[in-house]
Amino acid sequence: MPAGLLGIEELDRAEIEAILARAKYFQPVQNQTVKKLDTLRGKMIVNLFYEASTRTRTSFEIAAKRLSADAVSITASGSSVSKGESLVDTLNTLAAMRPDAIVMRHAASGAPHFLARHLPTPIINAGDGTHEHPTQALLDARTILDRRERLEGLKVAIIGDIAHSRVARSNVHLLSKFGAEIVLCGPASLLPVELAQLAPGVRLTTDIRDAIRQADVIMMLRVQLERQHEAAFPASEYFQFYGLRLEHMDLARPDAIVMHPGPINRGRELSSEVADFTRSVILNQVENGIAVRMAVLEKVIG
Amino acid sequence: MTIVIRNGRVIDPASHTDRVADLLIVDGRVAAVAPNLAAPNLSSPDVEVFDATGMIVAPGFIDMHVHLREPGFEHAENIESGSRTAAAGGFTSVCCMPNTKPVNDSKTVTSYIVEQARKKAAVNVFPIGAITRGSGGEELAAIGAMKAAGAVAISDDGLPVMNSRVMRRAMEFARSYDLPIIQHCEDLNLSAGGDMHEGVPSVRWGLRGIPAASEDVMVARDLVLAQLTGARYHVAHISTRNAVAMVEYARQQGLPVTCETTPHHFSLSDEEMAPYDSNYKMKPPLRSCGHRDAVVEGLVAGTISAIATDHAPHAGSEKMQEFERCPFGIIGLETALALAMEGLVITGKISLTRMVELFTTGPEAVMRLGRGTLAPGAPGDVTVFSTDVTWTYDVNQSPSRSRNSPFHGKTFRGGPMATVVNGAFVWRRG
Repeated sequence: MPAGLLGIEELDRAEIEAILARAKYFQPVQNQTVKKLDTLRGKMIVNLFYEASTRTRTSFEIAAKRLSADAVSITASGSSVSKGESLVDTLNTLAAMRPDAIVMRHAASGAPHFLARHLPTPIINAGDGTHEHPTQALLDARTILDRRERLEGLKVAIIGDIAHSRVARSNVHLLSKFGAEIVLCGPASLLPVELAQLAPGVRLTTDIRDAIRQADVIMMLRVQLERQHEAAFPASEYFQFYGLRLEHMDLARPDAIVMHPGPINRGRELSSEVADFTRSVILNQVENGIAVRMAVLEKVIG
Repeated sequence: MTIVIRNGRVIDPASHTDRVADLLIVDGRVAAVAPNLAAPNLSSPDVEVFDATGMIVAPGFIDMHVHLREPGFEHAENIESGSRTAAAGGFTSVCCMPNTKPVNDSKTVTSYIVEQARKKAAVNVFPIGAITRGSGGEELAAIGAMKAAGAVAISDDGLPVMNSRVMRRAMEFARSYDLPIIQHCEDLNLSAGGDMHEGVPSVRWGLRGIPAASEDVMVARDLVLAQLTGARYHVAHISTRNAVAMVEYARQQGLPVTCETTPHHFSLSDEEMAPYDSNYKMKPPLRSCGHRDAVVEGLVAGTISAIATDHAPHAGSEKMQEFERCPFGIIGLETALALAMEGLVITGKISLTRMVELFTTGPEAVMRLGRGTLAPGAPGDVTVFSTDVTWTYDVNQSPSRSRNSPFHGKTFRGGPMATVVNGAFVWRRG
């Protein structure tokens, strides 16, 4: 099977470091007048998004175009998927058009892994169900490393609906490989005990103050209302117990940064003051998303 | 038609036989079991001799839990193909579950299955009728009529009977008709949306989990009702530590409670699943090692009295989808014996005789088919198997119409060599 990028779990440190280094190299491109490199000229990338997404899809499209690749985006609702075509048939049809890579987001965990076993085209996972979102973790790491020497020994708190979060899982795998200390925090019904065994260096807590104490990085997750199949926590109470407010920042380290994969729910996961204050790097994450995705596309197709 | 099976080690637990002997079958029935039987006229074309030197000769194996998919789902399997698959696994009798289309909840469908089997099946096929109409869990099915048409038990397998009042009534009817009542133990509210066992792998892979509690809760409720009604209650495909312990407790109280397990539940755990491979997706799911070990302990202790495959064919396209969309179930008729040898006998957990019981006297005690023994006069159903033969399972050569097995390509030591049903060979290796 040709190498795409399905998840962080199967990457080693060296591969991750290489991607992060290339992303750093691509960062200045956004500030140039002509924001284009020739690296992937003549290549075709298909973005196949079965789930709603603005930022990730746009980010991948822009990344492709910055490298002079051609990009085509397909969203499920507008396609033959709504005519009942199976996943395998859709992918086989696309693969027959010989794209150089397919960037795929799907609501089913493992969908890209299943397809990669049967298709010749490299697949880049843009998020599969609640399993992994590798480029998110990579851009999160790039964003942290823009402000910190290294990931080793950093205390990273990830707060929210961990059970259903592919962002959390990918970040846990990446940060663990680099020796960070990870605290996962959320309501008990969204924090299965098995998470502690996901990777070394993980501990769990249901107390946000415990999670934030002395944290270097605070990652807030979106509360995933459209992916849950049951009401695992009363929505009205969420902000009270798990929302990040300005006064919480006194518990963290003085230079701690606040991150969020977006889109943010102001007043749900974090207060407006926190979203907008100086140590929130949420918009940097978005910028780095393009640089990281350029690095990933270059690695897979270049 | 006369068959002589020569010089095999005859293991017949029902008659406490374990010795090297010849087996003579005349006109569909066992005529004699003894060493050095005087051979009848060997040159006659009506006499078939099989040299079973070095092999085991056992009563025909019974699989009390299979899905033959006919009527309604013949693209996946039908009675004929399923029965030939059974024969290739060394099984001479199978009991087929009623989740067909239409559901087997009436004498019409039961009779149809009996008639199709009579015409086309390579092995004996006994239908299990539904507990409730359409297996909808509300109104009782026509249990008496189905029994008269040939049903040997009732079950809504594939689904549990969720409503306790309905289950109580069903048990009372089962008792009055002297039928076993077989439950697929799953609390649908606890398992809701789950695709695999709720454990570390499910959390790692981002798949919704089916907690062991969903089986335990249903077994607990049913055992209380079984005590209340005195029904012959049987747990299908038991898979958890608590469920096995509760069945053991009930048996110690003297209740007529039994249970079966599948080869995959005593062989595999969720840690051995290939990620997102639907050939490992079934209900109940493959559970963690602790539960798998408890199942093995239950087989050793005798709490679990039968091995049943839950052979569940699904067409290739259905199992070739994203994991959460695939239907539950794997085929298993051809690999059951070899998995029992590998997981239970070769590992020294149980004796060969005990293994034969799990495939013969165990299911016979529940289903009362009048089979499962080689005593003179018994039906001429024989399973000849080898503990030494090395063979590799190629699912693409299977008589089944489906290919959903996690064991494709696996090399086994031990397996069926020949299958005899009602005095005629229906399958031979090679």
